[in-house]
Amino acid sequence: MSISWHTRDRIRTWLLGIWSAAALLYLFIPIFIVILFSFNDNKGRFNFTWHGFTLRHWEHPFANPDLATAFKNSLLIAGISTLIAVALGTFMALALVRYGFRGRGTADMFVFLPLATPEVVLGAALLALFLTANANTGFVTIVIAHVMFDISYVVVTVKARLEGMDQYIEEAAQDLGAGVWTTFFKVTLPLIAPGVAAAALLAFALSIDDYVITSFNAGQTITFPLFIYGAARQGVPPEVNVLASGLLFIVLILLGVNVMVQKARARRDSRVAERDALPVPAYASS
Amino acid sequence: MLRLSLRRRRQLLPYLFLVPGLLWLIIFFLIPLLNQAYVSLQSGDSELGYSFTWNFSTYSDAISNYHEQFLRSLRFAGIATIIDLIIAFPLAYFIAFKAGRWRNFMLLLIVLPFFTSYLVRTVSWQLILSDNGWVVSRFRDVGLVSENGRLLATDTAVIAGIAYNFLPFMALPLYVSLEKIDRRLIEAATDLYASRVTAFRKVTLPLALPGIFAGSLLTFIPAVGDFINAALLGTPNQFMIGNVIQSKFLNILDYPAAAALSFMLMGVILVGIAIYARLLGTRSLTEAAAA
Repeated sequence: MSISWHTRDRIRTWLLGIWSAAALLYLFIPIFIVILFSFNDNKGRFNFTWHGFTLRHWEHPFANPDLATAFKNSLLIAGISTLIAVALGTFMALALVRYGFRGRGTADMFVFLPLATPEVVLGAALLALFLTANANTGFVTIVIAHVMFDISYVVVTVKARLEGMDQYIEEAAQDLGAGVWTTFFKVTLPLIAPGVAAAALLAFALSIDDYVITSFNAGQTITFPLFIYGAARQGVPPEVNVLASGLLFIVLILLGVNVMVQKARARRDSRVAERDALPVPAYASS
Repeated sequence: MLRLSLRRRRQLLPYLFLVPGLLWLIIFFLIPLLNQAYVSLQSGDSELGYSFTWNFSTYSDAISNYHEQFLRSLRFAGIATIIDLIIAFPLAYFIAFKAGRWRNFMLLLIVLPFFTSYLVRTVSWQLILSDNGWVVSRFRDVGLVSENGRLLATDTAVIAGIAYNFLPFMALPLYVSLEKIDRRLIEAATDLYASRVTAFRKVTLPLALPGIFAGSLLTFIPAVGDFINAALLGTPNQFMIGNVIQSKFLNILDYPAAAALSFMLMGVILVGIAIYARLLGTRSLTEAAAA
């Protein structure tokens, strides 16, 4: 018996769907465990087996002073390095997309290179430099390292946005007498803002999560990932789960707000378009 | 004040935009790499210090002492990349062609792991794969793991951890390249009496090649240098080249050997990229990675 073409197609779609659901489940299970064990009423230092539900750890997420310091360091480092990397990277992306100049291809390739280098090499090489220069490693060297690996990601993200943009809008602004900087702040920046925001989010996420490069250049400074790595051998305290889940929830809320704002804006725009598209009243044409 | 003509100003502008970021990358990326080449040729010891002596034996020593970890890194990263390709291709295909209004939600689920700490997730795998955990008991029931066998501290655990951690890097470029395919090309193929399978093989797959290329690269490169999975899910028997570089640098303070190892790691990766690009016939690297 032969199965009809349509049935076969439907079966294929179903199989694909089941495979995809399983793949997403694989991605999500460890995260689910992290969140679950932030509510675990654990006994003693270990948080390996389930003992029952509690909100105890959520009430005091900063109960462990070392963890609190590490987390604060991570937030600060991520904030500072994101600001610097976004500022530097956005201008680089502008230069690479908007201007033809000698050496553009080389610069393009060079910016891509850190992305093709394993983190362990980036971290080790930078530490070797600091050692040669007799520089003390610590907070500042971590920020330097994070800016270094963030820049390439920022350039790639902002470039993608710029490449999809109409260049004539900027030329029009300049034709109408706007200077280079006015054009930049009033026209270019608002247009690439979503790309810059995405780049900032990416840079922040990469920085706050980085263990490998940080471990080389941290000196005595402890960051959130360094704390977890150190604790992983003796058992990670549940406060780590609380902070990790908390960060995830904050990101999800921000994403939700972003989606709602965009939807509201789209509705408003369509209302404006509707109003402007009203037919001309009869008395106006008479 | 010096006033430059408008044309001249426009010519200088891109350099002005480029220089601050470029300087940062030159000082903290390029110079460290060159400096590392210099360090790798030094000799001496951690107490008396090292000096430059064109000491090429660091390289031959590194190969003879650590070829095992080198080969293991390539093997683990290679297997994990293939596993990720097998898992991610149908997933990306489903999201691009079939997901409909679920598309954005599914994409969000793929990037969700990025917003939970890498280390916390790996520690979470430790818990999932632990000896008296649910997974190991079920695997024992089915006979996939022997009665006293374990999952944690095995090659399997490390490879699974690597595959897990870098799966989004494979899935996202695949999705982007599949999503860009003009549906009419596939329709045209089936209209011209190609079967679904032939249309997939002759149209979809070749057009998805840049995504496969970019995804494999973005998975393999971080995987081959990774040492967190081997450290947290494995034992010294699973240690990869990243573990060696890290301990040489931070614990043993043998800087020349560490520098030589990381230089060779980079060399292996660059050669790998070149061969891969050659095989898949992709001319420009950045082009593929940007896709």
